[in-house]
Amino acid sequence: MNNWSWSYVGEIMPDLLKGLWITVQATIYGSLVAFALGLVWALALRSPSRWVTWPVSIVVEFIRNTPLLVQLFFLFFVLPAWGLTFAPLTTGVIGLGLHYSTYTAEVYRAGIDGVPPGQWEAATALSLPRRRTWTAVILPQAFRRVVPALGNYVIAMFKDTPLLAGITVADMLFQANSISATTFDYLEPITVVGILFVVISYPTSLLLRALERRLVR
Amino acid sequence: MSADSTPSKETANPGVDGTELIRFDKVTKRFGSNTVLDSLDFTVSSGKHVTLIGPSGSGKTTILRLLMTLLKPDEGTIKVGGEYLMHEEKGGKLVPAGEKHIREVRKNIGMVFQQFNLFPNMKVLRNITEAPVHVLGLDKDAAEERARELLDLVGLTEHLDKYPTQLSGGQQQRVAIARALAMRPQVLLLDEVTSALDPELVAGVLDVLRDIAHTTDITMLCVTHEMNFARDISDDVLMFDAGRVIESGSPEKIFTEPEHERTREFLSAVL
Repeated sequence: MNNWSWSYVGEIMPDLLKGLWITVQATIYGSLVAFALGLVWALALRSPSRWVTWPVSIVVEFIRNTPLLVQLFFLFFVLPAWGLTFAPLTTGVIGLGLHYSTYTAEVYRAGIDGVPPGQWEAATALSLPRRRTWTAVILPQAFRRVVPALGNYVIAMFKDTPLLAGITVADMLFQANSISATTFDYLEPITVVGILFVVISYPTSLLLRALERRLVR
Repeated sequence: MSADSTPSKETANPGVDGTELIRFDKVTKRFGSNTVLDSLDFTVSSGKHVTLIGPSGSGKTTILRLLMTLLKPDEGTIKVGGEYLMHEEKGGKLVPAGEKHIREVRKNIGMVFQQFNLFPNMKVLRNITEAPVHVLGLDKDAAEERARELLDLVGLTEHLDKYPTQLSGGQQQRVAIARALAMRPQVLLLDEVTSALDPELVAGVLDVLRDIAHTTDITMLCVTHEMNFARDISDDVLMFDAGRVIESGSPEKIFTEPEHERTREFLSAVL
């Protein structure tokens, strides 16, 4: 087995941090897509029309029940054949966002269902318009309930970003792999990648727990 | 608060008083196989304070929820101010009303709930201004002015900047009363508004309602177990049993010389 070399770690660090920045970007943009799209699914699934709920639930179930890597490959390798080509990182963000939106949709559903029926009744009694009831009464209350669960999915997504290396996104794992492929020394690059993941995700989960305590009063 | 027993009829606006405001016409409401209201007819005149009493499950709350359009009748019609609440006339036929029509008629009705149902994400002031601004189209300043007056009426001016959870149950219920009144409804529905309160907080809420009953011409429909309060404010008391009005009359008559055996039984159990 190789001996750990700190000077080697120092040499590869700039490339790994470059990869970390890509990883963080993919997570942030992917989360934004997942948050927005998940809400769209959740609201569409509450539509009174079956012409809306059926197709949406089929799409959501399909995405939720296929592996993320397969979806990424589909977006990256199959769509260009139909003339749809995106940059690797954009593809990764779409893939992560789309995949996780099917989970955030479920989180929103639970959050919305958790708002007491009395809130809907009060809104009706005041004749608040439907849109206003959603934006001013229901969603703000649902949001408080869903923050912890959404946060957990952000961390899960963060840890799924190495899959993007499979579609040539230069994330941390991709960087580590390219370094190792030339030096044939895997110990430091892969270990440092693991440590960087912990260094980001553990404090983030602590932060989320603190936020949860603040929001759920 | 107005502890004096000025009859509300004398303080009510004579111009509005007396005309029919609410009409239930053969209203039936079922929950599954359970018929809660059975072809119910009754009317309430403008400006009157009517208390619905009766054993639980007799359909009192259902009446308020039908009026608030939180429930739909299975049969029959309800009119408020001469307009069908849940129906529209189209080509001489009565059809279920659209959302716009229901909204328009419903604006005349306000409700105070047993569990207050204040919006916990809004401060007290915004709980009260939200509907006047977004339903009646009042500008923010006018709505806040109105809210401050109402908070003064319910004795909570100093709490306008708090969240509902920072208030006691009694205070929350008084905010809920102010919120309902901010829409200037013709009809105020009170659904067991003191049932969820600690005993020591009940009096404050009832005082506010007495004050409103005695100083405004608002029509009130009240479901309550507070018989003294019912006696104080009511023009009419309707005794319900099994989805029908079995006896009605002035509070003096119902509470002192009820005719119906069921009324006597009920009153001896609650008084």
